[in-house]
Amino acid sequence: MKHLKRLTALLLSAIVLLNASLALAIQDGFRTTYTYNYDYWGDIAESPDAYRVQQVIYSSSLGLETPMRRPQSLYVRGQEIYVCDTGNNRILQLKRDGNEYSLVRIIDRVSGAEPETFNAPGDVFADEEGNVYICDTNNNRVLMADKDLRFVRSYVKPVDNTFDQNIAFLPSKMVVDTSGRVYVRATNVNKGLIKYEADGTFTGFIGANPVIYSLWDYIWKEFFTTKEQRAQQASFVPTEYENICIDKDGFIYATNTVFSEYDLKWDNAKPIRRLNSIGSDILIKNDKYPPIGDLDWVEQSVDYGPSKFKDITVLDNDIYIAFDKTRGRLFGYDPQGVMLWAFGTKGNSEGAFLGAVSIEHMGTDLLCLDENENSITVFTATEYGNLIYQASDQYLKGDYEGSADTWREVLKLNANYNLAFIGIGRALMREEKFGEAMDYFKRAHDRQNYGRAYRYYRKEMIEKNILWVVVVVAVLLIVPVVMNRVKKIKAEVEEYDRRKVRS
Amino acid sequence: MTAEKLGADSLSSGIWKERLQRYAASLKYALHVIVRPFDGFWDLTREKRGSLAAAHTFLALFLITYVLKLLYTNFQFISAPVQYINIYERCASLLFPFLVLCLANWSLSTLFDGKGHFRDIYMAMCYALVPYILIQLPLILISHMISVDEGAYYSVLMSVSLIWCGLLAFVGLMQVHDYGPGKTLIFIFATIFGALVILFLILVFFSLLSDALGYFVSLYREISFRLS
Repeated sequence: MKHLKRLTALLLSAIVLLNASLALAIQDGFRTTYTYNYDYWGDIAESPDAYRVQQVIYSSSLGLETPMRRPQSLYVRGQEIYVCDTGNNRILQLKRDGNEYSLVRIIDRVSGAEPETFNAPGDVFADEEGNVYICDTNNNRVLMADKDLRFVRSYVKPVDNTFDQNIAFLPSKMVVDTSGRVYVRATNVNKGLIKYEADGTFTGFIGANPVIYSLWDYIWKEFFTTKEQRAQQASFVPTEYENICIDKDGFIYATNTVFSEYDLKWDNAKPIRRLNSIGSDILIKNDKYPPIGDLDWVEQSVDYGPSKFKDITVLDNDIYIAFDKTRGRLFGYDPQGVMLWAFGTKGNSEGAFLGAVSIEHMGTDLLCLDENENSITVFTATEYGNLIYQASDQYLKGDYEGSADTWREVLKLNANYNLAFIGIGRALMREEKFGEAMDYFKRAHDRQNYGRAYRYYRKEMIEKNILWVVVVVAVLLIVPVVMNRVKKIKAEVEEYDRRKVRS
Repeated sequence: MTAEKLGADSLSSGIWKERLQRYAASLKYALHVIVRPFDGFWDLTREKRGSLAAAHTFLALFLITYVLKLLYTNFQFISAPVQYINIYERCASLLFPFLVLCLANWSLSTLFDGKGHFRDIYMAMCYALVPYILIQLPLILISHMISVDEGAYYSVLMSVSLIWCGLLAFVGLMQVHDYGPGKTLIFIFATIFGALVILFLILVFFSLLSDALGYFVSLYREISFRLS
């Protein structure tokens, strides 16, 4: 009983203290822990905000008669925003003008299609000519309409031996490449993405999720279970992707949310993939940690568990941003797989999400769709976020000195930013200041670059002090020889003296 | 009187000198043991060429080497989160298993006509640590002189030191107990099992102890509440 009392007292005081620290943390309306990054040791390092909310678009601010109901997807083409309002069986086409967002039209039918209306559409896509593709999930088709919403063609269940005819064809996500090929992710289809040519013919599957099972699983299943048990267990089947998006070069980025936590830590799960034309994963991972979202899963919290990426978008500079539904967070990664920043949280306030489903970008602005709040949150990059983009762009273009200067600006805002140290170090190496470059690489724990800088540094040092090196080596070699000689002569002299005495 | 005192002084200083010389010789003997382990370990205890003091020294040097390695190896070759390292904890996590394994080995081999006493086993094991000290200590320096691409040298030397230690420990046990290689191998596995049993007993002992103490503490409290 007494223990209990003491425990409650302790808990109460802890809560009071926690509140106090929370109150301290709020300074300018933004919590300082809103944006963060992971340091070399996998610990959370707070960082300045890379993005801040520009505005939140609700049904009311668009003047919609029937408010959005569980929208599932967003698509952005130029200044146009397409919202797939799944619950109302329609697509909303919005237009951005400066910071104003207005409704252009409501797409709820495609003339000439059979049937003309949609049934729970899951995704929408628009190509450069203004053709609209709609994933009409419950009507078992992907519709293509021209910009005046006249029916062009539909992509339906493939009639092919490789496609199981007994399962319903439920296309839920889709992308279209520049030559008009359509890639569809369908529910219950685990052979990969269904690929159609521009004329609507089915040409197979790409990028099947490889099956993961351990040797132990296999042995257990083969030798220690009866047939009846085996029938009841889940079989080793690949899982379907969660969502897909296509970058400017035609590579498909896919996210995967079905994996075991153990696989994630050893990078067997690969929650983010970049698929080439034959469907193999070519995502570059050059950081200590693979791109898996949160490394710290906040034990004993309600939202315990790894990040599950609901959607992903790729900026024009190959930086990709994944949207996590577990904790409503956004994770930005550079083309090398290094985390740039992470921000977001769960909740009702601005910049927090209850049901993260879809993310798109417009330039560097990010649009995030929330299916529970029926809202679109628009983020714009802060000075800090823009500096990071600028620096990596400059480096890619070959402007190394310029990029180093930009990274120095970033360091002024965030002194814990490893990429900045590496960027400055690289520029210093080009200026042949190897010793200084080593310092920067060491701060970022970048072994490869440190090793390279060190090799040049060592060479330089040896060349500069070659005289001393020769002298030291010579001394080390010659001194023992001379000493031996001296000893020998001494011994001989003593021997001679002794003999002389004896005789 | 002064002469007597002088004599005593010189006598005691003579003893100390002799002891020091013996200590130095037993330290130096390690160099013989690590290259000729069969002969070396046999003479270590039977010819009294090793000493307990030297064994303690090697164990201490081993721990010091380990700590220095954690703290001063170039970051290219080790990722030790310096901000979290607790030196005492790390040392204890090496020292404790070492002693428990020695104890387990002694308690088992003594039942199956092993010739070694606990003191002998401990000494042999400490002498087996010498290659670790001799290789890893210079390796700390080397790590600052090579780049990560040349890390093969580092890792090869590292594994050499560990394998050498392992072989020495094996031969050491063989010679101390006068066992054959097969029997030694069996006893190594048995020792690991024995160490687990010892750990279990320690855990049980402490949990029972804390329960027993808790009982008396609460009894005392109850009585003092009643009386006050």
